[in-house]
Amino acid sequence: MQNDNQTSNRKALDNPSFTEHLANKTGRQYWRGLEEIAETTEFREMVDREFPEGASEWLDPVGRRNFLKLMGASLALAGIGACAKQPEEKIIPYVKQPEEFVPGKPSFFATAMPLRGYATGLLVESHLGRPTKVEGNPDHPASLGATDAITQASILGLYDPDRSQTVLSRSRIASWDSFKTAIAAEVGAWKAAQGTGLHFLTETINSPTLADQMRQLMATYPNAVWHQYEPAGRDCVRDGAKMAFGQYVETTYRFDKAEVIFSIDADFLLTMPGSVRYSRDFSAMRRTSGEMKGMNRLYALESSPSVTGAVADHRAALAPAAVEQAAWAVGAALGVPGVSAQGSSPAVDALGKAWIPSLVKDLQAHRGRCVVVAGDEQSPAVHALAHAMNAALGNVGTTVVYTDPVEANPTNQAASLAALMQQIDSGKVDTLVVLGGNPAFTAPADLKFAERYQKVRLRIHAGEYNDETAYLSHWHLPLSHYLESWSDARAMDGTVSIVQPLIAPLWDSKPLHEVVSILNGTPSATAYDIVRAYWQGAKSAPAPASAAAPAPGDSTAAHAAPVAVSAGPVASIAVNGDFERGWHQALYRGMVAGSALPPKSPTLNGGWATAAAAMLAATPAAADAFDILFRVDPMLLDGRFANIGWLQEVPKPLTKLVWDNALLVSPATAKQRGWKTEDVVEVGYKNLTVKVPVWEMPGHADGCGTLYLGHGRTRSGRVGNDVGVNVYAIRTSDAPWRAAAATASKTSDCYRLVTTQTHYSMEGRDIVRYGTLAEFMANEKFMEERHHEPEIVSLYKEHTYKGHAWGMAIDLTACTACNACVVACQSENNIPVVGKEQVNNGRAMHWIRIDRYYEGDAAAPAQHFQPLTCMHCEKAPCETVCPVGATVHGEEGLNEMVYNRCIGTRYCSNNCPYKVRRFNYLLFTDLDTPTYKMMRNPDVTVRSRGVMEKCTYCVQRINSARIEAKKEGRMIRDGEVVTACAQVCPTEAITFGNINDKESRVAKAKKSPLNYALLADLGTAPRTTYLTKLRNPNPELEKGA
Amino acid sequence: MAQLFHRSSNTLSKVSIFAVLFLIAGALAFLYAYHNSDYMTYVDVPREQPVQFTHEHHVAGLGIDCRYCHTSVEKSSFAGIPPTETCMSCHSQIWTNAAILAPIRESFRTGIPVKWTRVHDLPDYVFFNHSIHVAKGIGCESCHGRVDKMPLMWKANTLYMQWCLSCHRDPAKNIRPRDQIVTMGYKPSEDQAVLGPKLVNEYHVNVKQLTNCSICHR
Amino acid sequence: MERLQSPDARGIAPNPPVLAKGYTYDAITEKISDLSLNPKLTKGWLGGFSIAITLAGCMVVAIVHLLFTGVGIWGNNQPVGWAFDIINFVWWIGIGHAGTLISAILLLLKQNWRTSINRFAEAMTIFAVACAGLYPLLHTGRPWLDYWLFPFPNSMGVQQQFRSPLLWDVFAISTYASVSTLFWFVGLIPDLAVLRDRAVKPLARKIYAILALGWRGSAQHWRRYRIAYLVLAGLSTPLVLSVHTIVSFDFAESLIPGWHTTIFPPYFVAGAIYSGFAMVLSLCIPLRKAYGLEGFITARHLNNMAKVMLAMGLVVGYGYAMEAFMAWYSGSPHEMGMFINRTTGPMAWSYWALIACNIVIPQTLWLRRARRSTLWLFIISIVVNVGMWLERFVIIVTSLYRDFIPSSWHTYVPTIWDFAMFFGTIGFFLTLFFLFIRYVPVISIAEMRELSHEVEHGHH
Repeated sequence: MQNDNQTSNRKALDNPSFTEHLANKTGRQYWRGLEEIAETTEFREMVDREFPEGASEWLDPVGRRNFLKLMGASLALAGIGACAKQPEEKIIPYVKQPEEFVPGKPSFFATAMPLRGYATGLLVESHLGRPTKVEGNPDHPASLGATDAITQASILGLYDPDRSQTVLSRSRIASWDSFKTAIAAEVGAWKAAQGTGLHFLTETINSPTLADQMRQLMATYPNAVWHQYEPAGRDCVRDGAKMAFGQYVETTYRFDKAEVIFSIDADFLLTMPGSVRYSRDFSAMRRTSGEMKGMNRLYALESSPSVTGAVADHRAALAPAAVEQAAWAVGAALGVPGVSAQGSSPAVDALGKAWIPSLVKDLQAHRGRCVVVAGDEQSPAVHALAHAMNAALGNVGTTVVYTDPVEANPTNQAASLAALMQQIDSGKVDTLVVLGGNPAFTAPADLKFAERYQKVRLRIHAGEYNDETAYLSHWHLPLSHYLESWSDARAMDGTVSIVQPLIAPLWDSKPLHEVVSILNGTPSATAYDIVRAYWQGAKSAPAPASAAAPAPGDSTAAHAAPVAVSAGPVASIAVNGDFERGWHQALYRGMVAGSALPPKSPTLNGGWATAAAAMLAATPAAADAFDILFRVDPMLLDGRFANIGWLQEVPKPLTKLVWDNALLVSPATAKQRGWKTEDVVEVGYKNLTVKVPVWEMPGHADGCGTLYLGHGRTRSGRVGNDVGVNVYAIRTSDAPWRAAAATASKTSDCYRLVTTQTHYSMEGRDIVRYGTLAEFMANEKFMEERHHEPEIVSLYKEHTYKGHAWGMAIDLTACTACNACVVACQSENNIPVVGKEQVNNGRAMHWIRIDRYYEGDAAAPAQHFQPLTCMHCEKAPCETVCPVGATVHGEEGLNEMVYNRCIGTRYCSNNCPYKVRRFNYLLFTDLDTPTYKMMRNPDVTVRSRGVMEKCTYCVQRINSARIEAKKEGRMIRDGEVVTACAQVCPTEAITFGNINDKESRVAKAKKSPLNYALLADLGTAPRTTYLTKLRNPNPELEKGA
Repeated sequence: MAQLFHRSSNTLSKVSIFAVLFLIAGALAFLYAYHNSDYMTYVDVPREQPVQFTHEHHVAGLGIDCRYCHTSVEKSSFAGIPPTETCMSCHSQIWTNAAILAPIRESFRTGIPVKWTRVHDLPDYVFFNHSIHVAKGIGCESCHGRVDKMPLMWKANTLYMQWCLSCHRDPAKNIRPRDQIVTMGYKPSEDQAVLGPKLVNEYHVNVKQLTNCSICHR
Repeated sequence: MERLQSPDARGIAPNPPVLAKGYTYDAITEKISDLSLNPKLTKGWLGGFSIAITLAGCMVVAIVHLLFTGVGIWGNNQPVGWAFDIINFVWWIGIGHAGTLISAILLLLKQNWRTSINRFAEAMTIFAVACAGLYPLLHTGRPWLDYWLFPFPNSMGVQQQFRSPLLWDVFAISTYASVSTLFWFVGLIPDLAVLRDRAVKPLARKIYAILALGWRGSAQHWRRYRIAYLVLAGLSTPLVLSVHTIVSFDFAESLIPGWHTTIFPPYFVAGAIYSGFAMVLSLCIPLRKAYGLEGFITARHLNNMAKVMLAMGLVVGYGYAMEAFMAWYSGSPHEMGMFINRTTGPMAWSYWALIACNIVIPQTLWLRRARRSTLWLFIISIVVNVGMWLERFVIIVTSLYRDFIPSSWHTYVPTIWDFAMFFGTIGFFLTLFFLFIRYVPVISIAEMRELSHEVEHGHH
């Protein structure tokens, strides 16, 4: 409103009802304003409109555009273009202005994002009650100030107009009151029946409050059964722990202490929970800038290429069965008690020659300073083995930390779901309440969830979207986004964060806490009260011995979730007895001090090895079989984020594919089977089949293919529907990660896959520089000597920059291509999504892109990542060619882009050797959807059609910092300005700052002998430079290879 | 055939050559004038407001400091429009029944804010920051004119880019001591030609940087 | 006259005359003015005109769609920011060159064979420039702001960026357009007077009368006319060289491999004249057939134009050779990569097609027989026009779509709207041309009379 008079999304902001509602709120309440807006016409309109105009802009190819509509739109534009008279505008103050609240200044609130049973602590930027940007909480153990791409995109999730907006009863619009009255009767009946026939299905729950509520629920309905299912769950991890220790434990790794890392198909740098923290720790051990603490060494075994494998010093691509064998071989060579090599295959024998021995030597040489990590997708046996290896190597307590599980109620979820299905068949399920999750889409295909679900008399679904499951339910209850609700959650180390809302629910949704308490017969409680009450420890009733009904059916008995939640809070929030103080401190700091779980040292079961060996033997290891590997999509995970355009369009780290998934196979396998990229093949497993296009992926293990989950949604919303192929269709409960001996046959069809990078070779050009640690140690300047830079002589007098001179250094050793920077930039700078068609036309708008190059043979290629953004050349080729001077050079060396001066000749883009400029060929920005207007960063101009744009080094952040500094009459301090990409980077690969300040981190980084400028011989003098990528291969193996 | 052109047309043609030139020049001049006219710029055009609030009375008459109402002018990009309660802080005591203040009381009672008509409105791609201007000695008057002489608020300047630039290119013309920021009708203690550059120095105004595009556009 | 007879002296077969025998003043006047005054509306004209105007219609639709939807309707992308838009622009500008060259330079060189072709060559120039001018104006993202390209007093307090070749273009093109239009019109005045005097229909009289600006053909008029004409010729002579030189700067000034080269100015000018003459041939061969102007546009003219083309073709060929040499000589992997990619990459077809059209096929012009065969000349002229279009395609697209950093390489595919715009402008061009041959003397009557006078004397 008032302060935003300079923003481009004024329409939303001056939406009178919005401001009115906001205006009369005071203090903490002010976000309530938005809830009432949800009642106003503007919002109703949008809610009711099935296809808000403009939203389709994303996906429609030009040809299908509505000609007349655009006529209108562009005429308006033309009007603006000419010197039209400015329309009169209103300015709307508060009635009572909240205290400590300066209009025009953003405020930050600490909260946390729970995902897949783990929380990441956040600081969220808020402009007048509108959260606009998510940042990591530097104090939070799972974040340390960084976040991943998914967390960045959650802001778009909040404002997604396709989120469920109202209670549905049999798919008809209803209200919470109608639900409450309807359910009141049921509650009576349940109580009478002790909850017999009442079943709950939740995702992994790690909110202490929610867990406690579930416990009460089970107390109220002693015979009710609580099932859990997380499609990309960690059953293998749990069962592995059980196998090894006879109990569930949480395993966390301290990569900041590990000098040698052996990853058994573990993608701990991207898709494994905790990856943000792990990335930070991992890269801390291979810093080449600043003072160098030596460098860790990563050995990776994997079947499907992952970013972890890509940055590994030694990577072996093996078929799944061979991975297990190799792991056993290593275990045996390490002399882990009870472990002997299991089976063998040519591939493993080959490794046995040099790879495994030197790995083993390396591990043994670093006892207590190494770590063995098994991937979530590996079988429990492998996890047990990993535990044993870590024990044998004395890593427990140093690099491997065991604690009690942070999730409320660990159990084998696949079995838990199977049990539910079984009970439905045996007619024991009268009411099924699905609390979060979307089982109708994600449940194993063989369980036929959708079919069975409909046999249940009363089906209630609570979820953020009106999704596949909601569609089959009698009642659908819209759940609030985490930025809209009070809750709490635990990080992987147990640290508790209070989740506080940044804004009142945009639509008629409620937090899960309130839904549960409705089910529990207390419909009036608010999430705020529930969470606070829990932390005040005002809980009485202790947990009943077994909330699980003694339900018949052995598997059920085993899996009907014994509720292992202690009474009372898991940790005290009060600071020396003062709850209020503690509460506010927790809110302020974003976590409860000292709530991390204490480490424990479980002892290995005697019989684990035999059990594990038995399990291995059970899994078929046919040599010629074609295995299908299921993996979570690196950006969409299990599919819950399918409707978030940012995540659909951000190129997947390795394939650079957008808006699709594919069957990833090695070029050799493709050749052998006569497939080509974009051929459609029919993949079959246990008489389930799915048609999916092929993508030849260098570095993929032969004889198997990878399918990413999470695509092919049918009811995710306008953006995510029918994008890619739903591979849950062939994912069965017995083979959640690996479908051994699947079939795959080529069909006659072909399917267009779109990628942002069509050329993967560096063509022998000097683009990504890389070497080995050994070379560097032998001669610091080896790079400069290898690449002789020509002397650039200028005819003109060189300009010297006084004051600040902004620059960036990107450490290629650290970059893991996790895409966090790409999405963070998109969020910070209001960058639009253009859709598959336009990406195919080469019109993706990302300001920062991560290039990926392959080198060497396609079976085991070297992979290089290079984040590329505007280089802010001191002698920028783009500047001299703009006829209207829309891109010019600033005092501080910024290459400035003036949107409002740009007429769009595109000459600058042509003349940019780095091709980092992006042009709005069409009206890509959605100017219509009200919620998007609220989402945008008011400090950055929203670009319209026909305008060039590019990375600005987050000039809006520089400016606000400069203004503050100038008011205090000082220079900007190092670290005071951080670009969005640098701030979010989990590996701290990007350093930004003032290169004139010799003490700044960036200046120091640029002093490194590894520092080089891209295409330096052109004389563009880029301000962004790169630090040569260093690997730390084992000398023995280098010789061998 | 008979000549179509009379002898006179020779002269005529000569004249017309100039006539055309003048016509073009005239058209341009007109456009320029139109673009700078009050009609386009609203300069000196008092704007209707829901409440006939008079700065003249509150500033000149009562001598209330600008910052009493425009509270965030020193802290934030936005100077701040006073919330209804600020008005009521006095008008709950005096003029409690004045008809002219009815909308204010109404707003205070219902909690629905007063919708003022924006007088100074920059394009959406311009990012102006009050606090830094004030901190560097640019007085309210320099842009907003003699507010103390405005019964109803009007624009004293076009707020066109060239107007902004005229100062960004040479702030010495307008800079004044910090303690004189809110003074209306300020007279420099010494010759501005001397004082100006001195203050520019003293306040570390980086004049070269002031004309960078990204200072206002991002 | 000597110039005509010298060949005989050297015992070579005599050149055909620049004007067939037996054309008296009256005959000339009769013949040419009749084309405009009482033309037989042949089926040919009607058919051609309707086709042309239909195509022009396509252009209008394409432009409307462009303005309302954005340049995104074209195939342009990153990295190929310029494609058909600038290709066509350069192509048309090139074609526009022959006119000025023939009228101005040949005039100053006293090449009397120019007289019978200069009129429609000039007309062609103007129409071509008109087509060319459309593209730079429409290819911008926000065409309604194009006026920012011109210096004018504004409230923004900023002006253009004079280091940009695009801005030089703005001035070069507009100057060229205005001068050549003026030149053309001045040349027309005496003929318009003739038409005025011979016209029967009152309306036609009036219009021609106004356009003739009261020309009476007095000695005084002629004296002034000659001075004005010479002055304009002098003015436009440097333009012939400057315009395309500056157009070439759009590329030469950049640092993209394949653009960043010093040979562009001469090589572009040569190419322009090349395509210009090709277009003159493509137009005048059908024209003289349709209106029986063989007497005025004789084999001599065709022969000379063929020779000019051959010469220019060789200059252009030298340009291609130099590009190849420089790519190797520079030792830069990027330059080298560019050339290898051009000749062997996915778009190599365009390069080899261009070599065939511009270098190989025109070599047949060494043979007198080829130069004497109207049909063959026509075919070649078309081939060269295609070749010159391809040249611009190669320069612009195949340089941009694969430049320095392989990760940003991306192919280019034109859309239906690219073609609609291209053929649309061709239609627009032809429409204007059809109107021209219908209402304006396609050959300068006045100059032909002179010429016949000369020739007469030459023979006595």
